[in-house]
Amino acid sequence: MDMMSFLEQFAQQMVNGISLGSIYALIALGYTMIYGIIKLINFAHGDIYMLGAYFGFIATSYLGLSFVPAIIFAMACAAIAGIIIERVAYRPMRNAPRIAILITAIGVSFLLEYGMILIASPQPRTFPAVFDAEIYHLGPVVVNNQQIVILISALILMTVLTYIVNSTKAGKAMRAVSFDADAARLMGINIDRVISMTFALGSALAAAGGVLVGVYYNSIDPLMGMLPGIKAFVAAVLGGIGIIPGAMLGGLILGVVEALVSGFLSSTFRDAAAFGILILILLYRPSGILGKNVREKV
Amino acid sequence: MLKVDNIDVYYGAIHAIKGISIDVSQGEIVTLIGSNGAGKSTTLRTISGLMKPKNGIITFEDQNIVGVPAHKIVGRGLCQVPEGRHVFANMTVLENLELGAYLRSDKDGIEADMKDVFEKFPRLLERKDQISGTLSGGEQQMLAMGRALMSRPRLLLLDEPSMGLAPLLVKEIFNIIKEINESGTTVLLVEQNANMALSIADKAYVLETGRIALSGTAKELASSEAVRKAYLGG
Repeated sequence: MDMMSFLEQFAQQMVNGISLGSIYALIALGYTMIYGIIKLINFAHGDIYMLGAYFGFIATSYLGLSFVPAIIFAMACAAIAGIIIERVAYRPMRNAPRIAILITAIGVSFLLEYGMILIASPQPRTFPAVFDAEIYHLGPVVVNNQQIVILISALILMTVLTYIVNSTKAGKAMRAVSFDADAARLMGINIDRVISMTFALGSALAAAGGVLVGVYYNSIDPLMGMLPGIKAFVAAVLGGIGIIPGAMLGGLILGVVEALVSGFLSSTFRDAAAFGILILILLYRPSGILGKNVREKV
Repeated sequence: MLKVDNIDVYYGAIHAIKGISIDVSQGEIVTLIGSNGAGKSTTLRTISGLMKPKNGIITFEDQNIVGVPAHKIVGRGLCQVPEGRHVFANMTVLENLELGAYLRSDKDGIEADMKDVFEKFPRLLERKDQISGTLSGGEQQMLAMGRALMSRPRLLLLDEPSMGLAPLLVKEIFNIIKEINESGTTVLLVEQNANMALSIADKAYVLETGRIALSGTAKELASSEAVRKAYLGG
């Protein structure tokens, strides 16, 4: 391969990787926020993303909504689903040992996957084309409008999330609960409500990711959340679990690495690359790229 | 104002508080003294709703507050400064103070109280945009107290405000506690530094292994032989 075609290939894979990575980032944000607030790796989070895709499917196919209302509809429904799941499955386990609530999360994951198979059949559904595919040539690099929509939607959602977390009263309450729940209660913060809100926000972001994937690949199925769910978990750990900018960064890096590996080696190595990253990060920097080693001041 | 009536508190199977009763009247400074593990912090945590007593009654301004969640007790005008300060170390001084006023929506009142806190603790004003984890221990104690004042409490619970501070700072903190009390806030103070605590308090209770061993006016206890031997260094 000569230098020119190498660069072209590289640029092309960067484009693919960034759009894939922004979807990982959207899912990883929910993982990291929920971990930050109740120290739970919510293994059902990938399935919330699947639910979001189905809600988007209902909105576009049955309700005839266009893209923006459909994604908002899916986010709202998934937010409610997230609140219900926390209320019913996790809240009664709040003071149980960590392993018990982790197993509960795996149970919820199976419930959502096989519940969806029962309701919607295991057959993949065709996600309707919400807008016509257009392809742009930027020199030798091919970009389609779906990739642009994914990137812009992800950017908008992350900006809104950053604003909520950093600048609103609710966001401050979230950060307070995640830092020190008892001290937050002494400020008058209702931590149950803050936890519900965190599940709602995280689930809504995952649902947005689900709808974007539906638009991009035109196909959804009840088990679509398994692999992206685990990869988003890798992204969250890579960036530093519990750290919001870390999830964004981890998602993008993971997407780009996967695209480069598919482009230059073989797409069959793609998943191996993602999990290889997990192994490396756990071996050499378990607190993640942006994580700090926590030390307590006495 | 606050009446703790014969409460029992357990940590699992451990009977930490055995039938404690405490009475705090409006305008007073009341102190709980005693050695490590006597149950002072547990008593405060139970009053502020972080722990539940197995039996017994706690009334604040004539209303039973046992079973009321901690975040609602704050709204009734009772605020605790926890042991070890527990400031939100990842946030700025200003954000910490704003969180103290979390339940309030009276913008003008919050602003006035913020000014008041900065007057009491000028060092917090100097450092208001600093991440609070970078403050010194004394400054963090001031921040924790300022944060609690932002909820405009009628009863302030202070858990070991002198812990780990240099003697000069301890004096400063105790002067401020007195000042807070003089401006109308009732104070319930838990301390290991019995000398300092008795010097500003009106009334005192001595806790020993989950029971009240002695109680009386601070003056009486300060001159009592038993207290002097056990807690005041002879």
